[in-house]
This record gives sequence, C-alpha cells and structure tokens, in this order.
Amino acid sequence: MIRIKCPFCGERDHSEFSYGGDATVEYPALDASVEEWNKAVYQRANPRGPHREYWHHLNGCRSWLIVERDTLTHEVGTAEFAHPGLTEALK
Amino acid sequence: MSGYRLDNGGLIDRSEPLSFIFDGKSYSGYEGDSLASALMANGVDIVGRGFKYHRPRGIMSASVEEGGAILTVGAGRFREPNVKAPTQPLYEGLIATGQNAWPSVQRDVGRINDVFKRFLAAGFYYKTFFGIRKGTKDWMIFESFIRKAAGMGRASREPDPDKYETAHASCDLLVVGSGPAGLATAKAAAEMGKDVILAEQDFALGGSYLSRAGGIGEAVAAINGLREAGVTILPRTCAFGLYDGCVAGMIEQVTDDPGLHGVRQRMWVVRPSEIVLATGALEQPLAFGNNDRPGVMQANAVRTYLNRYAVSPGKRAVVATTNDAGYETAHDLAMAGVPVTLLDARDMGPDAPEGVKVMRGMVPVRIKGSHKVEGVEIGMLDDEGYAKARDTLSCDLLAVSGGWTPVVHLTSHRGPKPVWNDDIHAFLAGPTNEPIRCVGAAAGVYDHDACIASGKAVAAGEAGPVPQAGAHPALPLYEIKSREKKFKRFVDPQHDVTADDIRLAEREGFVSIEHNKRYTTLGMATDQGKVGNVIGIAIMADASGRTIQETGTTTFRPPYSPISIGALAGRGTYMHFRPVRKTPLHDWNMRHGAVMTDAGLWKRPWYFPRDGETVDDAYIREMIAVRSTIGLCDVSSLGKIMVQGPDAGDFLNRVYVNGFAKLPIGKARYGVMLRDDGVVYDDGTVWRMSETDFLMTTTTANAAGVMAKLEEFLQTRWPDLRVQLTSVSDQWAGVAVAGPKCRDVLAAVTVDCDLSDEAFPFMGIREAKIAGADVWIARISFSGERAFEVYVRGGKAEAVMDALWDAAKPMGGELYGTEALGGLRIEKGHVAGSELDGRNSLQDMGLGGMASSKKAFIGKALTQREGMLADDRLQLVGVAPVDSDKRLRAGALLDSRADMVDHGLGFITAVTDSPELGHWIGLAMVRGGLAEWEGKELTSYDPVRDGNTAVRVMSPHFLDPKGERMYG
Ligand SMILES: [Zn+2]
Repeated sequence: MIRIKCPFCGERDHSEFSYGGDATVEYPALDASVEEWNKAVYQRANPRGPHREYWHHLNGCRSWLIVERDTLTHEVGTAEFAHPGLTEALK
Repeated sequence: MSGYRLDNGGLIDRSEPLSFIFDGKSYSGYEGDSLASALMANGVDIVGRGFKYHRPRGIMSASVEEGGAILTVGAGRFREPNVKAPTQPLYEGLIATGQNAWPSVQRDVGRINDVFKRFLAAGFYYKTFFGIRKGTKDWMIFESFIRKAAGMGRASREPDPDKYETAHASCDLLVVGSGPAGLATAKAAAEMGKDVILAEQDFALGGSYLSRAGGIGEAVAAINGLREAGVTILPRTCAFGLYDGCVAGMIEQVTDDPGLHGVRQRMWVVRPSEIVLATGALEQPLAFGNNDRPGVMQANAVRTYLNRYAVSPGKRAVVATTNDAGYETAHDLAMAGVPVTLLDARDMGPDAPEGVKVMRGMVPVRIKGSHKVEGVEIGMLDDEGYAKARDTLSCDLLAVSGGWTPVVHLTSHRGPKPVWNDDIHAFLAGPTNEPIRCVGAAAGVYDHDACIASGKAVAAGEAGPVPQAGAHPALPLYEIKSREKKFKRFVDPQHDVTADDIRLAEREGFVSIEHNKRYTTLGMATDQGKVGNVIGIAIMADASGRTIQETGTTTFRPPYSPISIGALAGRGTYMHFRPVRKTPLHDWNMRHGAVMTDAGLWKRPWYFPRDGETVDDAYIREMIAVRSTIGLCDVSSLGKIMVQGPDAGDFLNRVYVNGFAKLPIGKARYGVMLRDDGVVYDDGTVWRMSETDFLMTTTTANAAGVMAKLEEFLQTRWPDLRVQLTSVSDQWAGVAVAGPKCRDVLAAVTVDCDLSDEAFPFMGIREAKIAGADVWIARISFSGERAFEVYVRGGKAEAVMDALWDAAKPMGGELYGTEALGGLRIEKGHVAGSELDGRNSLQDMGLGGMASSKKAFIGKALTQREGMLADDRLQLVGVAPVDSDKRLRAGALLDSRADMVDHGLGFITAVTDSPELGHWIGLAMVRGGLAEWEGKELTSYDPVRDGNTAVRVMSPHFLDPKGERMYG
C-alpha cells in the first residue's frame, strides 16, 4: 500500500488519492497546433525508475500533488502541491 | 490408537472438559487443546486422506504447516473447509469432518487410486487431456471428474453468515511472532518507549517456549512483562502479507462463536515505522519410503504435543534426525515415559539423553504398516545417498527432524528473493532497504538463548544475528533414496507430490524451479510450500547437477496462510459494499409510490405506477402528461458545481466548446465539454447568477469526474486563474416542472414572479420564493416542452415539492421518473449517457455547430485530427420501425446487408415507445450517419430477443425540431 505525504494533510494511504497522470507532460496552449497537442496527449515516455506523477487527494484536501514515485520499486518520495503558489500561500 | 493424554502438565485446563464431534463420533478434550491435540489424545490416528492417492493421513505438525490433518469445521452454512487441525482451538460442540474421503477417512473407496498410481504421476492431467479439445463434451465430462477428485474440501454454497470487520493501526514497531525472539524484541522496544504491536498466529502466546519442557511458566512470565511494558498483544492474528510503505495485513480470529452480532474475524491494516519478523523456522521432513503414514511427525511438533498439550503422540517412538533438534525430542519423549530410539544420520552429535538409545549414522528407509506406522526399516547411507534396509524397529511414532527452514515468506513479499546460506543449509531473507528485520529462528538462529539475545540486539538498533553451524553441524539431507522396490517418498504431502514426480518433471524438461513447481504442483496446496519447498528444490538440484543456490527458490506471495474472502471484504458487503445516495426528495418520492432504479450510487424514481400498471403502462402515461399538461420530476442527482471568482467566465470559456464569458447575468446556457483528445466528455447547463457566480450542472454519472477535472485544470494548468469551485450536488435539490401548464403551476406557488415570455424568456433564471423557501428557477427543458427547473436547499425540498404537487395534481399533472424522462429526451434527440460513451466527437453527436470558432477550448486541437473528421464515423441518427407495430430494442446491431457482416454498421443506443408519434423510436449510432442513411432502411439484428426488424433512418429530432414548444 503506497503511502503519500500530502503537504496539507500529512501521510495518508494511497486509497485516499487517485492517480492523475504523468506530471512531466507540458500541456501546450489551448490554441496550439494539432501536432503539439498530439505530442502532449499521446507521445508519452514509460520510464523505468524515478518518475513524477500527478496524484489527486480526492478523499482529503483535494489538492493536486506532484509525487515522486519509482516505477520499478514503488518507492514514494516527495509530494508537493502542483499549484505553484500554494506552498507559499499556506506559509 | 496410539496417542494418549499424559497425567500432568500442559497448557490445558483439566477442569474444563469440552465435547466435540469428528466424523459423526463424539469425543472429549480440554480447554486449551487444539482440535489436533484433542483428536490425538483420543487416540485418533487417521484424520484425512491424501489429495490424489487417498492414502490415510494423520497429524504431522503442530501449526500452520500441517499437511495431513486438514479438516472441515462447522456444519451447514457455517462449514469451513481446509482448516488445519493444529491451528483450530477446541471449543464445546465443535463439529469436524475429514476430507477427500468417501464414505469416511477410515474406509475410503478412492484409495484404489494408490494402486493405479503410475497414472497419476507429475503432469498427469496435462498429459491425459492433451488430445481433448477444450469446450467439447468430452472435456466437460473429464473436467467434472477432475474437479471432484481434486477438490480439497467443499465450501458451503450458502451466503457466509459470519461478520467481519477491518481495523487500522499505526505503531512504531510491529513484531510478528511471540516466541523467545519476538517477546524479547517487543519488551526491549517497549521499554525504550516505543509503541509496539505484537501479533501471534497461534491461539496461545509463547511460540517455541510452549514446546519446551518447563517453557510454559517462562512464557507466562515473559508475556506478563510485555503487558506491563504496554505492548499491544494480538493472539490468533496472522500477519499474512507485507505491502508497500511498510504496511502489514493481518487477520485476527476473534472468536469461533461470534453469536448473533459478533465479529468472527478482523482484518488489521497496520502501518508501523519498523517491522521485526520473529516468525520462527519450520522443521523440514525427510523423503523416505511411505513417509506420509499416520504416525510420522515433525520432531518438534512431538515436543509441542508433549509439553503444551500433555499428549503423547505414540507409545513407542523412533526419532530420526539430521541435526541436534532430534535429541531434545528424544529427551522429552523419554521423560514422558515413552521408549525411544534416536537415529542420527550423522556420525557425531550430542551425548545420548537419559533413557534414549542413540544409533549414529542410521536413517529411516521405509515405514512399515499399511494404515499407520507399525515400524520402521532403517539403514545406512552410502556415498550416493542411497540406503538399504538392514534392520526393523518396531514403533507407532516416527519423529523426524530434517533441519530447519526459517520463515522468510513475509520479507519475500517485499521482493527480495531468499538467499541460500551454506553454513546452516537454509534460505535466509534477502537484503532489503526497508525497515524490516528478522530475529531468532527466522534469522537462522535456533539456540534459545541466542534467540532472546538477537531480539534484544535488534530492538536496540544493533546488528542482526549471524547464523552459525554450531559444534555439531547439521547434515544437509533431504531424501533417503532406495535401490529396492519403490515406495512413495512424499515431498509435498498436501498435494501428494513425490520425489519421483520432481525427478520425472526434471527429465521432461521442467528444469526451472518455477516451471517444475507448476507442473508437479509442488508447494501449491494450502500450505504454500511451507513443508516441501526446500526438499523439492534440493531434489531438483541433485537431479540436474546444480547447487541449491543455482536452482533458486520460488516466489512467496501473500497470503502466508489462507484467509477468508469475507475478512478482506470486512463490512463492505451487500448495501455496505457501495454507499446508497438518496436525494433530498427520496422519502417524498417513496411516499408517492415511486419504484426506484439505480443511477450509479443514486436511487432515482424510475416510474410511479398506479394500481396494477406495468412500467410500460406507467411511463407512457407519465410522458403523455408532460406533453399535454404537466409533469414533475426529481432531478436532484444532477451534478452541481459553484464556479466563482473574477476569472470564472474565462475559465468556463476554456472548458466548454461554446462561449460563456459573455453569458448575461440572469441567463443559463447549455454547454458541452470535451476531453483533451477531442472526445465529448459531459454536458449540462451553466447559470450566471452574478458577474462572478456561476452554477454548473453536470450529468449524474460524471458529477465527481467533472469536479476532479476542473480542479486539475485550476491547480496544474491554469494556476493564474482566480476561480473557486464548490460541489453543491448534495446541498441542492432540483425539480423539473415540465409541460404546457408549467407556468400555471409556478404562478400558483410563487408570489410576484412574472413568468411571461418577456420577463422570463427561455434560458432565463431568477430567484423566487416557494412555500416560504428561497428557490432558483431556470427556464430550461430536457423534455422539449416548455419547462422550468426549480432548485432549493435540500432541507426545504419536501415543502417545495408539496406545493408544486398540490398545484400540479388538480391540473391533471403526473409525477414522472427516469423511464419517462428517457423517453422524452429520445423524442427530442437529446444525447445522454448511452450515446456519450467516450468515443464520439461533437460532429458525431450532431453538435458540431456548437463549437466556437472564435476561441480555443479544451479538446479543440485534437478534434481536427483526420480520424475525427472521417465521413464513415459512427454518428447519431434516429430510427423507427418500418412496420409501425414492431418494437425496437436498445443494443440491437444495425446493418444494411441481408446477413450482418462483423458487428454491422452501427447499433441502437436507446429506445422508447412514443405516445406522441404512436410507434417505437430509437437513437442509434450508424457509420456515415444521416448524410449516408437518411430515409434509407437498415435491419436491426437482435437474435436473442425479437429477431430482425426493418428500421428507417431519420433525424434524431423526432418531435418539434424547431423547438416551438420550448420557446413558446
Ligand atoms: Zn491532502
């Protein structure tokens, strides 16, 4: 059972979260080309080892988090707010 | 009849006799007995039959590794198969029955399999049935035979009557096992101030203390010490698996008699910072002729029966050992007054215990006796590991110690493969970075004092123990081969796998241990290879000329011991499996005769039958009311999200395909949102209540998903937008007031609310009061009729509904449910869940015109992909039967050809009988859509219900395509 340290709620079971996809993807502007959007939506790496993922604290504070997880060992590292201003705002 | 109760000693209460039944016969035992010890004390030798050959089986061990005494406990719906008798505490009235035998374990006709045993060798099933085609009648006959013959006890076919629950715990340290090492670890850690939980799978605490002469008193003292130190102690709790993040799963057997409301088992999910495994070691058997006869037991188990249960398993014993452990068993047997001879396979060893005759260099070759041990032929090993019988010893008990296997299953659950240690000839836990340590026998340390020392050291953060061979190293011996007539030498008694099976499989090419295991089924019985695994690997290594390390071991997976599915489910059964969501009008609907249906977790009114009406009668009546007078419908389950803030309009503009930034205050708009890949995701209306306040409605099904998606956009993609989201789905109730008389109804219940077209146009919203409650009214329509939706706080919903119904009923109004709601939307060609199946573009839905060309929105770019624009995509159409008396069926496939090719050209998604049109109509997805098929005929294929029906393709807007009813 993966445990994730939500920066707002503390360490919780993964059952409180839902996986939200690859956090290394940079989504293009809404008016970007088909090619750029195609790359963002479909051209994904499948890395073996450390990875950055979105996890949504669905049954908690509802923060979207960026979680470091090793796809090989399931080891979970840091978890931080996906929203760039939130950490500062909560200080 | 060999076993008998000793006069003194044991952890049993002789003042508490308990009666129980085994195979229909009544016996008695004591409080503190296991089912196995009580059977043994009553002299019962044969308690089961082998799985394949139906050979008689007796009690082999004193714990979870039991391979012989596997019984069914309980009767009727309480029956539980495959209970290992040594783990089952005796209770008053216990009913047990033997397995794999008919009519009884004493006289089993299936034993004829033993005569034909050459047909049942390794891979028998694979070979025998290779030529039979699966799915044929022959296969089915053979399969039923196999299933019956291979069954290991039968579960009750009735629903499980027992109750289960789940408990969660956190602690600094979880200790698994309450033997000397576990107790020492827990005590030392607790004294250092740590919060400690200790779990013991047995119903008595103490582990190997309880097997030692005089050990019971020591165990009691040690456990009292733990209690004083504040350790949480969980007896009869098996740690069955270790998981990511240092989480342990454990099952506690709370009681055998939970009564009416009690809990029988409790699943613990424990989140410790550290785990110490004091799980002990399992004594290994030796493979020699007929080593499965009742009366052949683990040497250490014999000590357990003598010292813990005060039962002697036999009257005349032989102990066969490869290590020092056998000496302790021989000693304890002699102390109990049992004549005993010790065979040590080694040429050296400790001094002979008092009263014990020791024969060095001697091994058992074959058991004598056809139903139970009557003697043992003994001999000496030659250089190649063969032995020839040279003498026979008379006995009714053979206690065997083939060395020890540390219990490393739990560490193995975390990934590290066990590593072979040549000093002690055993697999030890592989290295891990996780805070999981082994102590005592689990770490290969078997000396009592060394076990205690290892526990203290690890609790203090010092290094774990280093296993050592000792003064008299154990002999790595697994099988005693014989050149004489062949007798079965069992490796896995539970699955009846013999040494020859393993060699045969190896010869046939199953040289990987993982393949050999699956082919022979070695270690795949309910003990999961606790007994036979190491011997099996050793025999395979020998046969293939490799070392044990090279041969490797199989992977241990959870659970360590079998657990019931009910315990995993906990309280999540029946209605507790999924929560029921009720709208604020649920009780009101029920009082007014609603028949309910499930919409996800929601209960929604399906239809409101009048005396004797079927669903078809009712929904037609309800639809007619909406089209001709007035209908009321609870639509509270729709998703409702407040979208607020200075950038809310901009945000909605990005999310929906159509424009929202310029939506006037006091107006609502229908919107469609796509996914990033351009596929239609959800639809609903958005109401603008002020410059910065919007209420978004979503479909019932996607309410939670849309909320999560909007949060994702705001937190990950557009963090600069100043928007606040609040789900108000549960806070607000909604009622559709639909039909030509909707104005009359609202006029009757509101004050000073101008409902004229000029003041309250289509898609207008406004605040009002009904029955004293503040409401929002929107003039929106899902049915295609002139209609309003009234939203009110949940607590006031019944009062508002009462007022609306009091006004509507005298006008000939009806309540309507989801069936009529669906029929009305089909007549209008509105898409819903059955069309929005996650594959369609806006164009496919006929909604291409909604997409704004003036702004970008989520999904816009990828809608321009070639495949999304192809003419032959599945597109929304309407269908009606050519013969207007015929009905349509949702799910039917459509094709133009006389015989359907593949899956045809499309399918019908939703149908209704239309009272307005006088025949059935349906919505369908068809390749090429209206452009290709409008006005043409297709065949609806529905082979299992109505057969084929000719349908005509037409616009999905069956009724009032210009919307004059809605606007007028
Ligand atoms: Zn949180």
